[in-house]
Amino acid sequence: MLKSEIIFAAVANGLLVGGVYALIALGLTLVYGVLHIINFAHGATLTAAMYAVLICHQAIGLDPYIAVAALAPLFFGLGYFVQRFVIGPASHGDDSNILLVTLGLSIIIENALLAGFRSDTRSIDVPYGFSVVEVGPLLLSLPKLIAFVASFAVAAVLGALLLKTDTGKAIRAVAKEKTGAALMGINVDHIYAVTFGIGAACLAIAACLLMPTYLVNPRSGNAFVLVAFTIVVLGGMGSIGGALAGGLIIGVVESLSGLFLGESLGQIGIFLIFILVLLLRPTGLSGART
Amino acid sequence: MNQVSWTAILGVAAALAAMPIVMTSNVALNFVTFAGIITIAAQGWNILAGYGGQFSFGHAAFFGTGAYAMALLQVRFGVNAWVALPIAIGLGGLVGGLVGLLSFRARLRGSYFALVTLAFAEVFRILANAWTFTGGAAGVLVPLQVGTANMQFADKRMLYWFVLLFVVGGLCLTHMVSRSRFGAQLVAVRENEDAARALGVDTLAVKLKAIVLSAAITATAGSLYAQKFLYLDATIAYGPWISVDALLAPIVGGIGTVFGPLLGAVVLLGFGEVTKTILGNLTGGAIPGIDLVLYGVLLILTVAYAPRGILGLLQGRSSARHGGNP
Repeated sequence: MLKSEIIFAAVANGLLVGGVYALIALGLTLVYGVLHIINFAHGATLTAAMYAVLICHQAIGLDPYIAVAALAPLFFGLGYFVQRFVIGPASHGDDSNILLVTLGLSIIIENALLAGFRSDTRSIDVPYGFSVVEVGPLLLSLPKLIAFVASFAVAAVLGALLLKTDTGKAIRAVAKEKTGAALMGINVDHIYAVTFGIGAACLAIAACLLMPTYLVNPRSGNAFVLVAFTIVVLGGMGSIGGALAGGLIIGVVESLSGLFLGESLGQIGIFLIFILVLLLRPTGLSGART
Repeated sequence: MNQVSWTAILGVAAALAAMPIVMTSNVALNFVTFAGIITIAAQGWNILAGYGGQFSFGHAAFFGTGAYAMALLQVRFGVNAWVALPIAIGLGGLVGGLVGLLSFRARLRGSYFALVTLAFAEVFRILANAWTFTGGAAGVLVPLQVGTANMQFADKRMLYWFVLLFVVGGLCLTHMVSRSRFGAQLVAVRENEDAARALGVDTLAVKLKAIVLSAAITATAGSLYAQKFLYLDATIAYGPWISVDALLAPIVGGIGTVFGPLLGAVVLLGFGEVTKTILGNLTGGAIPGIDLVLYGVLLILTVAYAPRGILGLLQGRSSARHGGNP
């Protein structure tokens, strides 16, 4: 039997990781809530953002936490452009076409990264990479703690944005009833693209928060995105609160199943939850929508 | 129409069977054999998604099951390859039925169905990678025992013709399905599932039949792959590459058509090889992944400009999208 301190530490670590998972899931769930499609390029976009952080650090020595200021707007722009001028026109408004186009984008991004950077796993070296903070009996990794706090701060900002600003209101209007919103003078294509841009910006922020402690290779986004799919399905598609709660739950489940089942089988726990939730409660634990 | 298609299938089969007369190099034969295997995997996907409208992103689950069953039956249980092949195909169909039963009963459609199939393929990949029975990360090696009795042909042309047999079988099967009552019900489910149910179609049964057939065909491709290369690991058998190839070929060739998967597989793999060779010569070394970048671009271009694939372009834009069969 494992000592309770070890389990306690695993839970704490899982919660910290879950914070970043929640941020990644947030972008996915927002896009789903508004466009009603699953963005299969989400993982590849995250990988691209992680490489962008890597390049910033290696080329001009930019600290990941400072790079956020440049990368978040850059990825917002990229996301906006891709939705407005690639996904939107190419899919002719058909749902299965959007699925295929985002799948195509993920294949392109992932393999372009493979062609450019080869399959080597890379990381960046920051002085605070291994710093720890003592909280009671626990030793918490400082970058992971920062990532946890920052993820929830971003979620709060995003929530305020959706509630208070005109753009936020337009996004919510389009999510509820796009024809009605269009009749009220809202440019639906623009709002779709803005939503997609926000999703990509969330990924850029997540990448900056992840890089101090994680490694990157052209496929590393995939591991995160399946986790993010699970969180989104678990929390209820389109629900921000659900994504936050789901992220924390999944972080803890992954950490514990890794502890009990070992590294290679650890991920199974997540997939089983994913399949079970999809089969038993596809509307998520909150059951908000059908 | 009916007569035309049977004649066309016969003509294509004869032309493909004559290929080894022109192509004598091992490289060319390997290429067409591999293209044949991908075609079969794609024919499986085409039944479920092209005719039934259920977009699976995880046909690797069926391909890998066929491949592992074929290899493990021989290696672990000493079963003869000719006996192992039908068992492997059956097991693939069984896995398809299970996945279908679970997901269709839960009424998963569209994005949800794509996601759950993707997740099933990943679960299989992780399990196969961890389990010692499947050889774990080291994979499984089928011993080389050349002889027709072991389905290991000394003549590379024989393997090609053997694979071609299944490709032509897939063409005939697809044609028969598209002409049958079951095929009509399947198309009804694709076009409007609720309307089909209202008209008395047992949509669950139709979708289940389609996924079992689809999975069995794709598992055949996996079994043939195992027998051609005599080596498997989890990333080959259950990796996302085959899920992508199986869906890309019919979409590029012409989704929901008899010849789409074959045409798409040949065009895609041909393009991939040519690009890799040209770019490799230009830059003085192979660039990994460059052929897949091209696949992704082709997928988006097809969806955007040629929703009925190459066949649709060849036939002109006169008939409606998702129109009849060639």
